[in-house]
Amino acid sequence: MHNKNVAYDSKVEGEIIVTQADAVINWIRKHSVWPMPMGLACCAIELMAAGASRFDISRFGMEVMRFSPRQADCMIVAGTVTYKMAEVVRRIYDQMAEPKWVVAMGACASTGGMYRSYATLQGVDRIVPVDVYVSGCPPRPEALLDAMIKLQDKIGRESAVKNLTTKTTTPRELVGAGRES
Amino acid sequence: MAESDLAQLTERFDFISERKSSDHPALNCPAGMLVDFCRALRDDFGYDMLVDVTAIDWDVQSPRFTGIYHFLSTTKHLYLRIAVDCTDDLKPSLPSLTELYAAANWHERETFDLMGIHYEGHPNLTRILMWDSYPYHPLRKDFPLAGIEVPLPADDVAEVTKATVIPAPMMGGPFVSSGDGPMSQTEPSARDESWTEKKEKPAK
Repeated sequence: MHNKNVAYDSKVEGEIIVTQADAVINWIRKHSVWPMPMGLACCAIELMAAGASRFDISRFGMEVMRFSPRQADCMIVAGTVTYKMAEVVRRIYDQMAEPKWVVAMGACASTGGMYRSYATLQGVDRIVPVDVYVSGCPPRPEALLDAMIKLQDKIGRESAVKNLTTKTTTPRELVGAGRES
Repeated sequence: MAESDLAQLTERFDFISERKSSDHPALNCPAGMLVDFCRALRDDFGYDMLVDVTAIDWDVQSPRFTGIYHFLSTTKHLYLRIAVDCTDDLKPSLPSLTELYAAANWHERETFDLMGIHYEGHPNLTRILMWDSYPYHPLRKDFPLAGIEVPLPADDVAEVTKATVIPAPMMGGPFVSSGDGPMSQTEPSARDESWTEKKEKPAK
C-alpha cells in the first residue's frame, strides 16, 4: 500500500460530506417516520384530516400510514383506550420493530380525558412509553402536525449509534406505569 | 289506539296490570308469564320490534331488580313498555326473549354484563362490553362510579407494565355542567373543588 494518505482527499473523492453517524441516522429517521394510526375514537377523524390534502402530513415526510405494526415505527394513539383495548394496544406496540415512538393524541389517550370511568385506561402511558402528548378534545390537525414535528426534533436528539449497540429486549421504562401507587 | 290496546291486553291477560308512566303506555308482567305474553304481543297485537332491553336497580327495595322491555309496533306506530320484577334479589333472573326477538340477544347480554341479570334460555349469555373475567356489574347501585381495582384482563401485559384497572381519579368530581349560560361558563367542573388527586378530601 504505497498511498499512506488515508484522510479525505477532495481530488479523488468528490461530493462527500463528513458528519457524525448519529446525525446522519437521525436525519434519515426523522424524515421518514412511518406512523401506525391506532384510531380508537373521534381523534382518528382529525388524524385522517391531518393526512388529507388540506393539512397534508406528507409535507413533513410522515405520510406513509401503515396499518401493520411490522411496517411502522410511530404509533399514534388517537382516541379513548378502554381497559379491554389496552391489551391490544400493548400487543401492537410490542409487534413494532425498534426504533419506535408513541404519540398520545388527545385528552383520552393522554389521561383518560373526560372518561373518569371504571372502563377507561387513565392515560395510555400506563401501558406504553409515550414520547409526545397532544392536548385537545379532539386536537386540531395542526396540533397533531406540531406534535409530529416535536417528535422529529426528539428523534434528532437521540443517541442513535449508542442505541444500536444496546440491547433492546428489555422494555423501555414506562413513564406512567404504577404512578398511582 | 294505545288505550284500546291497553284495554284489550288487560282484558285478555288477567296477570298484567297497568303501570304508571309519563310517556308510553306501560304494563307490569310477572316473570313467569313474560314469554307467553310477548308472543301474544308480537303475533296478535303487532308489536313486531323489540327496541330496548334494560333493567332498573332499586337499591335497597325488594324486589331489587326490574327488567324493562320497550316494544314498537311498526304498523300501528306505537310504543309499549313492559316491566318485569325479578323475584330473586341476590341472583336476579328473567326468561330470555331471544326465541321471539333476535334483537334480544345482544340487549340481554348487555343487561347481564352491566346489571347482572341472568336471562334463562339465552344461547350465549356472556359479557358483551366488559371483559369476560371482570368480577362486577358496573351499573348496579352498589358499584362506585370510579370503579374498583382489579387486575388487567391480560396477564402478560399486566406483568410487563405493572398496570392494573384502577378506580378513576375523580379530582373532586363527578363533573357536571351548569347547563345554563354561555359556553365559556358551562364547562363541566367538579361540584366540590375542595379536593383533588393531590390534595386529600377534607374531613367533615
